[in-house]
Amino acid sequence: MSVKKVHDNQPKEFKFSDENLKKVEEILKKYPEKNKKSAVMPLLYLAQRQNDNWISLAAMKYIANYLAMPYISVYEVATFYTMYNLAPVGKHFIQVCTTTPCLLRGADKIVKLCKENISPNENEISKKGNCSWMEVECLGACVSAPMVQINNDYYEDLDEKSAKEILTSLLNDKPLKPGSYRGRKNTSPEKILISNGEKHA
Amino acid sequence: MLKKENRIFKNLYNEFGWDIENSLKRDDWKDTKDLINKGREWIINEIKTSELRGRGGAGFSTGLKWSFAPKEVGSRPHYLVINADESEPGTCKDRDILRFEPQKLIEGCLIAGYTTNAHVCYIYIRGEYLNEGKRLQEAIDQAYAKNFLGKNACGTGWDFDIHIHYGAGAYICGEETALLESIEGNKGQPRLKPPFPALVGLYGCPTIVNNVETVAVVPTILRRGGKWFASIGRPKNTGTKIFCISGNVNAPCNVEEEMGIPLKDLIEKHAGGVIGGWDNLQAVIPGGSSMPLLPKKICDTLTMDFDSLIENKSGLGTAGIVVINKDQDIVECMARIARFYKHESCGQCTPCREGSGWMWRILDRVVKRKATFSDIDLLSDVTKQIEGHTICAFGEGSAWPVQGLLRHFRKEVESRCREEPLIKKKLNNPYLVDQHLLENKNA
Repeated sequence: MSVKKVHDNQPKEFKFSDENLKKVEEILKKYPEKNKKSAVMPLLYLAQRQNDNWISLAAMKYIANYLAMPYISVYEVATFYTMYNLAPVGKHFIQVCTTTPCLLRGADKIVKLCKENISPNENEISKKGNCSWMEVECLGACVSAPMVQINNDYYEDLDEKSAKEILTSLLNDKPLKPGSYRGRKNTSPEKILISNGEKHA
Repeated sequence: MLKKENRIFKNLYNEFGWDIENSLKRDDWKDTKDLINKGREWIINEIKTSELRGRGGAGFSTGLKWSFAPKEVGSRPHYLVINADESEPGTCKDRDILRFEPQKLIEGCLIAGYTTNAHVCYIYIRGEYLNEGKRLQEAIDQAYAKNFLGKNACGTGWDFDIHIHYGAGAYICGEETALLESIEGNKGQPRLKPPFPALVGLYGCPTIVNNVETVAVVPTILRRGGKWFASIGRPKNTGTKIFCISGNVNAPCNVEEEMGIPLKDLIEKHAGGVIGGWDNLQAVIPGGSSMPLLPKKICDTLTMDFDSLIENKSGLGTAGIVVINKDQDIVECMARIARFYKHESCGQCTPCREGSGWMWRILDRVVKRKATFSDIDLLSDVTKQIEGHTICAFGEGSAWPVQGLLRHFRKEVESRCREEPLIKKKLNNPYLVDQHLLENKNA
């Protein structure tokens, strides 16, 4: 099981913006009326997006009130799922996949680059450039390994050089485009032959 | 090798455009109304004739599953749930269907929904696939605009709505009952079966849960006939399948092939061969990380289908093939998989919650050459204690890869172990405590 901790400095209040309240109405329409509880996951996402990509305890209480759920049930959900950040993360949030298929193609080198360039530890906001990084489990793009997810976008087919370029671009707040960094079309097979792993990250 | 005209997912690499106009050119939504008007019996029989088996990992007969849904709608509505929570390491086929062939999935949903008497369908997409989810939503909106969905969907008289529900990074939600719990707004922890979801599922109502790929092939099967699908592959293992080939190959890729294709053909013809040549192959994980790995000797002659892999004490699973060559440390690879399972265990059943941690810690010790010979027997014992003693198949999924490692690479593991147990030498290393948390000054 993964262990998640809530942040020490909690804001006192949370309220959905008017724009988000409209979205909440739309979300609630998806589920049967007596099963409003189903909306807890989408609502937590909304709260996370509204609050610089992390969820405060106040937001959980607010959502619990909104959906007439016990606060502890919302807390359970927020701590169970790994994509809800319970502490602030960088504006550019880098998630490095290090599960076996990515590891085989050199994900550990990307982790090393993150440690050198962003911060020595996971979930630490960089001194310059407002970035943070963490290791995550399989992101489901195994044939494009190694890959990282930066905020919502997938950066695929990386090697040491391209990963470094991407990290530098983030630190300078001018992110490069997502997609394949070997110039291939989605998940199609490439025609080039790679000699014994040299071109891998 | 699969003939070009038999390919179902013609736009797997987005060569022809994903939007509805281009999909219509590829025969999506052609005669859907006529297919549905032939009735539920006909659809189920055709799927049974095709011998389609679920593509999500378990390989259960789809026609049979659909026939479990109650024939008449009682006081409770029926639901259709599509499992797009693709998180099995080595697997990324559903992502391409969501991105590039969304209309096949949507049409399949309508047919499956009609057949199982469901008016509402939830598609559960893993949270990381946010962009894929947005793409699917666009495709759904396009289908609504053409009246293929909504009231009187596609002119069939059947009302049908599709909603997307995002997961949030929990592997366990790929298990069907955990997925239902997650949609209901709870922690994703699996339910005891029986009752099966077909009778008591989402909100306590009859629910059919299918994988993305399973549902996406249904329209093509109905259009071209169950017999056509059954003619591909071999009996009981019919049709085409998207294989994801990753790891140490020259050209990792997704490719649609017929069932029963030799593994060697798949790797050499589609994925550009193993890095360093076929002789440099060490092992292959044939069906996503939950399936036991197979050494080169078996891979030489292996064919990729459900039954032949079971004969070799492995499984086709999701057909995510991870190739490991001899430049890699096999124990480290499997230790990383064990760490994955430790991280993703939902914590409901004690054997899995604790056992997955034990397996990772022991394997980690082996990698660091700090394990003893008795550790190997302990490891083997732990896998046996997890297997079969948990609510869901996650227990097996975490124990099998380790069992596979011990079955085929025991010598490799033993060569890293040493005689004396750490405990006798009083190394100040508490036994069975997270080794990585300790300073290694005495080791």
